[in-house]
Formats: sequence, C-alpha cells, structure tokens
Amino acid sequence: MNLYSLLNIAYKALMRNKMRAMLTMLGIVIGIASVIAMISIGQSSQQNINEQISGLGTNLIMVMRQQHRPGVNTGSTNVQSLKYKDCIAIRNQAKYVSDVSPYIQSSGQLIRGSNNWPTSIAGVDPCYLNIRKYKLERGTNFTQAQINSYAKVCLIGTTIVEKLFPDGENPIGKEIRFGKIPFKVIGILESKGQNQMGQDQDDIVIAPYTTIQKRVAAIDYIHMIYASATSESVANQATDEIESILRAQHNILPGKENDFDVRTQSEMLEMMNSVTGFISILLAAIASISLVVGGIGIMNIMYVTVTERTKEIGLRMSIGARSRDIMRQFLAESIILSLLGGVIGILFGLLISYVVSLALSWPFIVSSSSIILSFVVCAATGIFFGWYPAKKAANLDPINALRYE
Amino acid sequence: MSIIKIEDIRRDFVVGSETVHALRGVSFDINKGEFVSIMGTSGSGKSTMLNILGCLDKPTSGEYYIDGIAVSKLSKDKLSHIRNRKIGFVFQSYNLLPRTTAIENVELPLLYNHEIGKKERHERAIEALKLVGLEDRMMHMPNQLSGGQQQRVAIARALVSDPVIILADEATGNLDTRTSYEIMSLFQQLNAQGKTIAFVTHEPDIAQFTTRTIMLRDGKIIKDEPVNTLSAQEFLLNLPLQND
Ligand SMILES: Nc1ncnc2c1ncn2[C@@H]1O[C@H](COP(=O)(O)OP(=O)(O)O)[C@@H](O)[C@H]1O
Ligand SMILES: [Mg+2]
Repeated sequence: MNLYSLLNIAYKALMRNKMRAMLTMLGIVIGIASVIAMISIGQSSQQNINEQISGLGTNLIMVMRQQHRPGVNTGSTNVQSLKYKDCIAIRNQAKYVSDVSPYIQSSGQLIRGSNNWPTSIAGVDPCYLNIRKYKLERGTNFTQAQINSYAKVCLIGTTIVEKLFPDGENPIGKEIRFGKIPFKVIGILESKGQNQMGQDQDDIVIAPYTTIQKRVAAIDYIHMIYASATSESVANQATDEIESILRAQHNILPGKENDFDVRTQSEMLEMMNSVTGFISILLAAIASISLVVGGIGIMNIMYVTVTERTKEIGLRMSIGARSRDIMRQFLAESIILSLLGGVIGILFGLLISYVVSLALSWPFIVSSSSIILSFVVCAATGIFFGWYPAKKAANLDPINALRYE
Repeated sequence: MSIIKIEDIRRDFVVGSETVHALRGVSFDINKGEFVSIMGTSGSGKSTMLNILGCLDKPTSGEYYIDGIAVSKLSKDKLSHIRNRKIGFVFQSYNLLPRTTAIENVELPLLYNHEIGKKERHERAIEALKLVGLEDRMMHMPNQLSGGQQQRVAIARALVSDPVIILADEATGNLDTRTSYEIMSLFQQLNAQGKTIAFVTHEPDIAQFTTRTIMLRDGKIIKDEPVNTLSAQEFLLNLPLQND
C-alpha cells in the first residue's frame, strides 16, 4: 500500500466521525498552543528587556563603592572610596574608555513658584549625556567654565518640566530651587521613557558635579563613576582597565579585595536573561504537561476506536488488508490528528502571543525553532500514543473481528 | 479446471481442556463456473469450511489449493494478498463501512491493491455497481439503502477485484423471502456470466438455485451431488405479492 492510499484510507476513516476527530484533536491543539504561546511570550519579554538595556548602552560601565563586602563593615573610608581624581586617572590612562563622568547625587525638593516636586539632583560632567545616551531637546549643555566656577545651572528632564512648568511656560533661562539653592535651567533633555525597572528616566535634574559636590552635598568624594567603553565589543577590556587603574589609585595590594565595584550593562543583561530564560523554560515545561495530556487523549480515543471498529478491521482484513496495513492506518489516523491539531495549535499559540505582545507593547517574536519543535513533538505524540492502539488493531484475528458485535 | 481443491481438511478448536472437531476430513473440488451450496445444520462446520476456503483460517491438517496455489505454506501477508486478488466475500450482515458511500465501499478492496490507480478503481467500482443494478445509488450511504440494496453493494464489493471465487456465508440470512430470491437471481446471473460461487446456507429452498450441494454434518460431507437447478427469476414471478 503506498502513502497516498494509506493517507486516503486514514483520512476517510477520520472523516466518518468528524466530531470525534475534532474532540480528539482539541487536547493537542490546547497543548501546542500553550507551548507556542509560552515560548513566544517568554522570548518577547526577554527581547523587550534586551532592547531596553541595550537602549541604555551596553558599553555603559558603572563604578560604585563596594556594597556587598562580607564581614565587618569598615565604615566611612569605604563609603568615601571614590574620588574625583579616580575619574582623572581613568580618563588619562584607560585606552578602551571614551568618556568618564563623576556622579554625585542628592535628594530633595525642587521648587518653582507654587509647584514642587521631590526628586534627586545629580552632579556630573558634561559627557554624562553621551554616556547615558541622553540628548538635548532644547538649550545647551553646561561647559567646563561652568564646572570650574561651580555654576548653579542645570539640565532637566521632561517629567520635571511637566511638574514645575505645568502652564507650558518655556523653562529655559528660568530659575528653579533645589532646597534653598537656586539653579538656572539651561537645557531640556529629550524624553527616554521608562527603563527596564520601570523607573522614569525623564525624572532627572543634572548639574555640574562641582556645584553639587561643594554647594549641595558638601562632600569631598563622589558617589559613582559613569564611563563608556569605546565600543560594546571592548566593554570587558575597559572594565579590566578601570579595575586595575582604580586598584593602583587606591593602593590595593595584590590578593586584597577591591573597595569598589565595576559593573557593566552586559552583566545586567546576562543576569536578566538568565532569570527570564528560566521563567520561560518553566512556563514551557508547564505547558508541555498539557501536551502530554493531549497525547493521552489521542491514545484514549484511538483505543476506544479500535474496539468500536473491530468489525471494520475484520472486514478490511477479509478483503486483503495485511496486519501492517491496519497498523499503518491507525497510526496514520493518530498522526494526522496530532499534526492537524499541531498546526491549529501553532496558529492559536501565535495568535495568543501576538495579542499578549500587542497588549504589553512588547516585540512579537516567532522563533522557527519552537514551531519546528512543536511539529516534531506532534508527530512523535501521534506515533507514541497511536502505537499501542494500532498494534492492538493489527493483532486482531479477522474471523473473531468479523464476528464481533 | 478446478479452482478450489481441498484434501482431507481437518480443523480442531481447542477450548479449554476440550477439543472441538469442527471439520473431520473433508475433501472436494470446485471447478470454474460452478455455483456450489454448502449446506448443513447449525454447528455442522459450514462457516469453518468457508473461512478456510477464504484464507481467513488455516486447517489443522490437510491441503488446500486455490487457483493452483498450495495455501498451507503461505505467510500471513501472502494470505492477505490471496484474499485481496482471488477471493470475494459476502457476509450475512453485509459489513459495509458506515457513513461511507456505496461507491467508496465498493472501491475498498482496490485500495489494498497498489497495482490499481485511482481512475481504474473508480471505473471498476462503477462497473461492479452496474452489475448488481445499483448504478443510481452510488452516492448513497448504507443507512439510506434497504437490506437487499446493502447486500448488493456488498456483492459489488466482492466482484470488484474480479476474484476467482465468491464466498458467501448465509448471504440471504437477514433478508425476507422476496429479497432473498432477488439476491439469488443476481447470483444466478453472475454465475451465468462465468463467476464461480460457494454459497453457505442452511435453507434448502435457497440451495435449489445452485448447481451443486455439499451437505455437511458434524464436520463431514454426507452428501455431494448436483442440483436440479431452478430459476430464481421464475420463482420471483410466481411469488404472491406481499404487503411488506
Ligand atoms: N473459534 C472457535 N473456537 C471454538 N470452537 C469453534 C470456533 N469456531 C467454530 N467452532 C465450533 O466448530 C463447530 C462448527 O462451527 P461453524 O463452522 O461456525 O458451524 P456453522 O457455520 O455450520 O453453523 C461448532 O461446534 C462451533 O462451536
Ligand atoms: Mg455459520
């Protein structure tokens, strides 16, 4: 019997009981749809996070004081470990670093007339805009001269504009107060929206680091260093460089631990990926349980079918079907059911993940490998769960089968 | 020329500790063009005989030749092949596939014959349905056909492979007298066209339409003689009109 007539026989047998065929398929449809949807949604969320983190710049390097030092906390020396001269050392010595900026932060109230807004102000170098990929929407960045003179000027994000200038007034040239200290707004930053942690990146006020260090925070150290590698591909070299420069700056002997912490965005990316990857595997694993249940559904129905169709099997044998023809017919029936169920399930799964990604405004990702995989799984399900009933059918004795009532 | 030749066929069934001797040494030949009725009371071994002739069952001992082929040595697959090419079965309960049109039911044996393509299969099924007078019922489902019509479809299915012999087991057993005679008339026509037929029945009035009767009792032939054949067609004409 050739493939065409085999499929023909199996197809006709299935069409004789459409309702049953559809119900049998339902289990597979649900199983495959949930697997596809889970994988696709998982990948979408991963991609979403990737895009956001890359949006920050994967060549971004942050240096902060050592935070997770085990054992006794050595106190203030630790907190004050970063100095502006560390920035200068990095700027002068590192080959793979393009921009370096100190970062000093202070929290407080921003006030403009009767409007106020609790936020924090950051003292940085002008190149901070490059490092964090902020762009100026209006106005100008501050200058080295303004840094040298501790100028009370600032750049603000669009959230600040909304909160302090709700009437649509042009903020450029206007004065706002941070606590008691007045700052002149000289520029407005383009909106960047939320980051992957859900933080508003437009709720930002930046000023020359000298101004913040001396006039606001009144400290001689800096909180963090922001740097950017010359390109993403050398981010690791840049990190190593910064580490060795800072170890030398801080006189840390070989074998001793760093009193600072160098982090890159790609590390964060990896960490987030491993978390989301684990979650998507978990979801897919849960979904595949429903696939197994669907497969057992096929086996169950096929098994009942064999008993119900005993007479048909006897007849087919009496007109010349060999055991193996019967076996193949029943296997083909279950494979057709599971593959058809698989195709419908894939379409459903894609629909679900499309709707979800649309609703969450995530990228919609279809991975061909997950589709191919579900197809293979479907065929395997059909064979695996169709085998036993088919074997049972093929082993029937034609005389007994014909006599079966 | 003998199409079927059996020599000292025995068939024992072991049921628990007992052995049932369904056939106890049966020998006969069936020649081309014969219309043989196999008769006997219930339990005399008729169906067992027919199952062996149809290669559905193997004798415990004895040899069986169909169309010159010794069957006892053949594998299961070879037996399937013989059933497909050389034998046409007609059953008491028709055994049509439900929810399947008459023509598809008739095509069924040809689906297991890879030498026959789709077009030829269709043509031969139509031809077989014409032979049994059902060319206008081709697209009907079994449940849209009367018992007699269903049995005609089954006969067409038995004919479609152009077998060397048609085996019928109580093929009129489920039918009323008139319809039985109509079916016997059809078998007589087919026989007149040269078909060889072995027809199991326990009804003497059905056997009188055949050309030869083999009478079984307790698994042995007690009588094997030619019949003074009557025409089923004439019987039909003389049958009083019934209300049913
Ligand atoms: N599969 C079987 N197992 C045991 N005994 C059987 C089997 N088939 C038939 N027999 C026995 O063989 C004898 C002949 O049966 P069968 O050929 O069916 O008779 P008939 O068709 O003439 O009524 C009966 O006694 C029956 O009980
Ligand atoms: Mg019988």
